[in-house]
Amino acid sequence: MSAVAEPKTEKNYLNVDYSIKSWLTTLDHKRIGILYLVAITIFFMVGGFMALLIRTELATPQGDLLSSDQYNRAFTMHGVVLIFFFLLPSTPAVLGNFLLPIMIGARDVAFPKLNLASWYAFMIGGTLGVISLVLGGIDTGWTFYAPYSSNFSNTPVVWAIAGAFVAGFGNIATAVNFIVTIHKMRAPGLTWFRLPLFVWAQYATAVIGVLGTPVIAITIFLVAFERLTGMGIFDPARGGDPILMQHLFWFYSHPAVYIMILPAMGVTSEMIAAASQKRVFGYEFVAFSSLAIAIIGFLVWGHHLFVSGQSVFAGLVFSVLTFIVAIPSAIKTFNWVATMYKGNLQMNTPMFWAVAFLGLFLIGGLTGLFLSSLATDIHLHDTYFVVAHFHYIMVGGAIIGFIGGLHFWWPKITGRMYPESWGKAGAIMVFTGFSLTFLPQFVLGQLGMPRRYHTYPEEFQILHVLSTGGAYLLGFAMTTIIVYLAWSAKYGKPAPPNPWKAKGLEWETPSPPPTENFTYKVVVTEPAYNYHKDSGGHH
Amino acid sequence: MSTETQEHDPLLAHQFEDVEQQTDSYVLGMWVFLVTEVLFFGGMILAFILYRNMYFPAFAEAHQKLDWRLGGVNTIVLLTSSFTMAMAVWASQKRDYGKQLMFLTITVLCALAFLVIKYFEYSAKFEHHLVPGTNFHFDGQNQNGVQLFFGLYFALTGLHGFHVLVGVLVIGVLMFRVWKLRKQEQDYVPTELVGLYWHFVDIVWIFLYPMLYLLGGVHI
Repeated sequence: MSAVAEPKTEKNYLNVDYSIKSWLTTLDHKRIGILYLVAITIFFMVGGFMALLIRTELATPQGDLLSSDQYNRAFTMHGVVLIFFFLLPSTPAVLGNFLLPIMIGARDVAFPKLNLASWYAFMIGGTLGVISLVLGGIDTGWTFYAPYSSNFSNTPVVWAIAGAFVAGFGNIATAVNFIVTIHKMRAPGLTWFRLPLFVWAQYATAVIGVLGTPVIAITIFLVAFERLTGMGIFDPARGGDPILMQHLFWFYSHPAVYIMILPAMGVTSEMIAAASQKRVFGYEFVAFSSLAIAIIGFLVWGHHLFVSGQSVFAGLVFSVLTFIVAIPSAIKTFNWVATMYKGNLQMNTPMFWAVAFLGLFLIGGLTGLFLSSLATDIHLHDTYFVVAHFHYIMVGGAIIGFIGGLHFWWPKITGRMYPESWGKAGAIMVFTGFSLTFLPQFVLGQLGMPRRYHTYPEEFQILHVLSTGGAYLLGFAMTTIIVYLAWSAKYGKPAPPNPWKAKGLEWETPSPPPTENFTYKVVVTEPAYNYHKDSGGHH
Repeated sequence: MSTETQEHDPLLAHQFEDVEQQTDSYVLGMWVFLVTEVLFFGGMILAFILYRNMYFPAFAEAHQKLDWRLGGVNTIVLLTSSFTMAMAVWASQKRDYGKQLMFLTITVLCALAFLVIKYFEYSAKFEHHLVPGTNFHFDGQNQNGVQLFFGLYFALTGLHGFHVLVGVLVIGVLMFRVWKLRKQEQDYVPTELVGLYWHFVDIVWIFLYPMLYLLGGVHI
């Protein structure tokens, strides 16, 4: 496609006003998405730095870089920052905010002021989290398990809890906004089964956010209450039950894994359809599998408590339910591969990221089945096998999906193309660095290396050194990506409205879009991914 | 181009196509928000039910320390406020802003009465050393269970009281808006939304009152 640059004078959401004030008071969903992108990039770098600290310490069997106390703080802050302040808002708040209204042909989300308020809640929460870091960091583990977070911690736990609590309200508000927007703001003719699968994924994610987030809010509120008042709600010495804390925590935090991965799955559906120039195979199944994950995902939390004194019967039920939740993910994976089959494959950067997602998510998902089997879990519980498994889902799945989506929609967001060769090199480096970091950890865990230890027997060193080397490559790759994306936002080639010849309303409006998203009245007359009809003229 | 015809309707926000879409969105948004509130209180109520079963005699003994009469008065006060809130929504739909302001005033007064009574209940607990923490004191076998009861009592009623306080503020802002715009035609939806919230706050108390004050030694 010949790149027809937009004339410089064309008004779009970016050049309508350059002042800082116009950004901080904006009600435009696209600008709010950018605000989130800037904020979470900073948190990403903080959390990534913690990861490199951890891996550097683990390069040798002795605790030589960090004391055990500092190590506890490093891995806790790594988890707290990257989960609460990066992964949970990443794809929904950045790409979802930017794209959702455009994809459904609306001018904005249903509640623009609430949308901006979400960002401020997130920023206040993030600031509280940073304060806990400045005060020395907390050492409870990201799960805030009692009694680590109550009787046995002298660190600023309440600050971190307050941060996660307030940021949670931002997530709830975004979820409420998206649910109402998808229900009520669709353009005429855009029925539910004409929606892009990214929108279905956002919807399922928002449902989880609405049902789950309040429960973790109240759980960590009770932990803070226990610390502040001395009431022993989770302290057995005073009659409390620490297992209750774990139940309440995972009732949210397991579904929260799906808050992170579902939007990335939505991104992958879009990228694979565009790069295959084909309708997503089994569209309805992929759409409903998102909802199935959201619903069944609420019934599996007990697999985190297999060795916590839960009854064997409960363990059995949760084990079976956990196997069942793997089915909708498998449906998606098969359907993505079937979409590529006999497609007109475009080996562009988004396709590289999509393939990386497929491979890594597959390993992450399948190793989850090892952990959902009661017997193997007793061996693998709290080992590096678990660490590797959830990093395959959260980094290999969620983060790679997010970064892939950033590349896919970058021309739309910034109006500029990134350098294609750098995009592919970035995907290859991330895939290689990630695999080198976490594949050895499966072996380490199986050999019995427990998580959260900063020293280990010497026979594990070779695997740890491989992992540390991979982490540095991954860190280098991420830095490179941040640099070339930032560079291209200013100096990249101007992007045409539809660089990927993709289907979807967002590709029919200029890059970057005008403030009102469309200059014409949107009426939808065709199904999603209507590729095969597109021979010659416009639909 | 689509917006040109409706651009001039001052009651319509720019992102909506028409007033019906706007009303539907606001009401759905409020209901979804209330779902989050149900789960918010739900987690703590779950903890209460669990500990009630674990420490049944202690919880039965502890509930004796609560004054069911004051709780009962507060229930009547809140139910009255819910009624006047419903009347305020009705008046708003009839565009009778004088009546609406009157009903909203009664609602706020009831809410404040609720908080005053709660204040007297709380201070009695402080005097009797029933507040969890270092000053907690309770004679008898069931110290731990009783302290858990009062911990959850303060957490639950405190969170509910906070919602009442937020209600007072929100209704106050609503009253100011209605009064300022009393000369012109107003959208009834904001009143309806505040009403939904207020009924929810009322319903939470309808669950808390029997659970904390009345059930005591009844096996359920």
